[in-house]
Amino acid sequence: MLRLPDPSRRHRRREQALMFLLAAPALAVILALVVLPVGWLMGQSFTDGGLTLAHYRRIFGEDIYWRSFAQTFRIAGIVTVLALVLGYPVAYAASQLRRPWNVLILALVVLPFWTSVLVRAYAWLVLLQRTGVVNQALDRLGLVDEPLALIHNELGTIIATVHILLPFMIIPLTATMQNIPTDLLRAGASLGGSPLHLFLRIFLPLSVPGILAGSTLVFVLTLGFYITPELLGGGKVTMVSMLVSRNVELYNQWGAASAVGVVLLVGVLAIFAIVARAIPLDRILGQQ
Amino acid sequence: MANKQLTIFAVVLSALLPSLPASAGEQITFVSQGGAYQKAQTIAILDPTANKLGITINQDSAPDAWPIMRSQVASGKPTWDVVDTPTGNCIRGGEQGLVEKLDFDKLPNAAAMPPEYRNPYSVAYEFYSSVIGYSQKKYPDPASAPQSWKDFWDVKAYPGRRALRNHPFATLEAALMADGVAPDKLYPLDVERALRKLDEIKPHITVWWTSGAQSAQLLNDGEVDMIMAWNGRISALAKEGAKVAYTYNQGILQSTSLCILKGAPNRATALKFLDQAVDPVHQANLPLQIDYGPANPKAFDTNVIPAARVKELPSAPENASRQALMSYAWWSSAEGEAAEKRWLSFMQK
Repeated sequence: MLRLPDPSRRHRRREQALMFLLAAPALAVILALVVLPVGWLMGQSFTDGGLTLAHYRRIFGEDIYWRSFAQTFRIAGIVTVLALVLGYPVAYAASQLRRPWNVLILALVVLPFWTSVLVRAYAWLVLLQRTGVVNQALDRLGLVDEPLALIHNELGTIIATVHILLPFMIIPLTATMQNIPTDLLRAGASLGGSPLHLFLRIFLPLSVPGILAGSTLVFVLTLGFYITPELLGGGKVTMVSMLVSRNVELYNQWGAASAVGVVLLVGVLAIFAIVARAIPLDRILGQQ
Repeated sequence: MANKQLTIFAVVLSALLPSLPASAGEQITFVSQGGAYQKAQTIAILDPTANKLGITINQDSAPDAWPIMRSQVASGKPTWDVVDTPTGNCIRGGEQGLVEKLDFDKLPNAAAMPPEYRNPYSVAYEFYSSVIGYSQKKYPDPASAPQSWKDFWDVKAYPGRRALRNHPFATLEAALMADGVAPDKLYPLDVERALRKLDEIKPHITVWWTSGAQSAQLLNDGEVDMIMAWNGRISALAKEGAKVAYTYNQGILQSTSLCILKGAPNRATALKFLDQAVDPVHQANLPLQIDYGPANPKAFDTNVIPAARVKELPSAPENASRQALMSYAWWSSAEGEAAEKRWLSFMQK
């Protein structure tokens, strides 16, 4: 919250030029690896030898596409909410505890990052299948008569996806929570606020930037999931990414697949535009 | 500049390696699907053919050759000569100008094979089958195990968890057989009828599998009790000691075929190779290495394959007669492609 003395206009301009120069290498990488390929993808989606809208007509004309998009966004929504509910307490603990406990928590959160998504999907297969660890335990405890269908459906896909994406929720949340001044909570307590009251009125609102950052990351990453639903969905989950590969196989044209990607990208950007209008995202995120 | 340097480098390299047979004699580039399957062919078919013809066979592998076939031919300078790929790719490739028409006058071995095992663009190379596999823990007595697609569909008489492949190939055929269509009267497929029959079993399908490895794991781990799977996957499990079995009854016999890319650099040699690849003895060598059946029925007359082994092979005459032969010509027709496109909307319903 340090306020710098208002610099002169010339000084400010020089500083901006310097900032731009510092950012230039990163911008160049983004241009080469993101902007150009996405532009190429968009161009492809309008061609199949000649210029055409056929790929888009197909997407908006056939039910399967909109069903897949609906399922993908629904799963992404569920995964985001679950990751927030599970991740918030962990982030809270990581931000409030002292060393070495906070370091230990974050280490445990980050550790699975070093395991491939494929391996983690198979691990869930071993845990959740009919003869898996979870069902055997439930059976021995006499809690179920019949093994539960925890996998080869949407549930299995959601469980594994939440697990894989949880760090993307916890890390931004923790970063935000660590920066919430404890003075505010102490001041609130000295004025007689109960712990619940302090949490709801001070801590939670101040952690909103972290919630938004984490939720955005998790939501967007879920939209692109492929291996997890393919392995754990049992054929009952068709995410948009799976449509992309199906279209390559069926139509033998990159354009047919590119169009699906473009529609997803535009859909996501549209959602952000609407959300940004409802919630002043840049102001909230800017507070950090 | 860089090209010139590369050329010089290549010249120097080839001078340093005079033993490289590439500069001597005829050669072709052969492409298959890699893994244990390609190794088995190398021993059974490729090495003996190379020796017999005195040619060099360079190998490449691609799990899905189709997009590469397209881009190689489109580039105008294909590097592949002969491709071993699901028969449908050869037919579709022929129709789209990606694959050479074969001159069967120059292919005596291939010309002697049954007409339904070849087409103007390709000749069958090996057979596998989509069969009914089941757990012997659940059905210890073969008499009480599902032995036809009708049984597979009968959830009352054969209680148990079921899995099918998440793909219309063979699945539509199975549905029609379950509905009473004879294995030799399947084509042209009545897609409506097949999908209606599949609607019946859909609520009872626990998993729609996508990869061969997954199908094996499902049966092995007891996740399902009966499954449509490729014969080689189930026999491999059984060999490892898993309590699983399968029947060739109403299996759907499928093949990969050999075809030559349009404008392939070594077409004449490729043709010679292709004929030797379906030579009865070379073909008979294949099942000694891996669980695939020879495509040339004459392989069974060579006495190379032990009688006990013959019984296990999908294309052995006795087994083949109990199965349906997949029509790749139908699947690559407009009707077949339309059926393939309908699959996802069936799955989502």
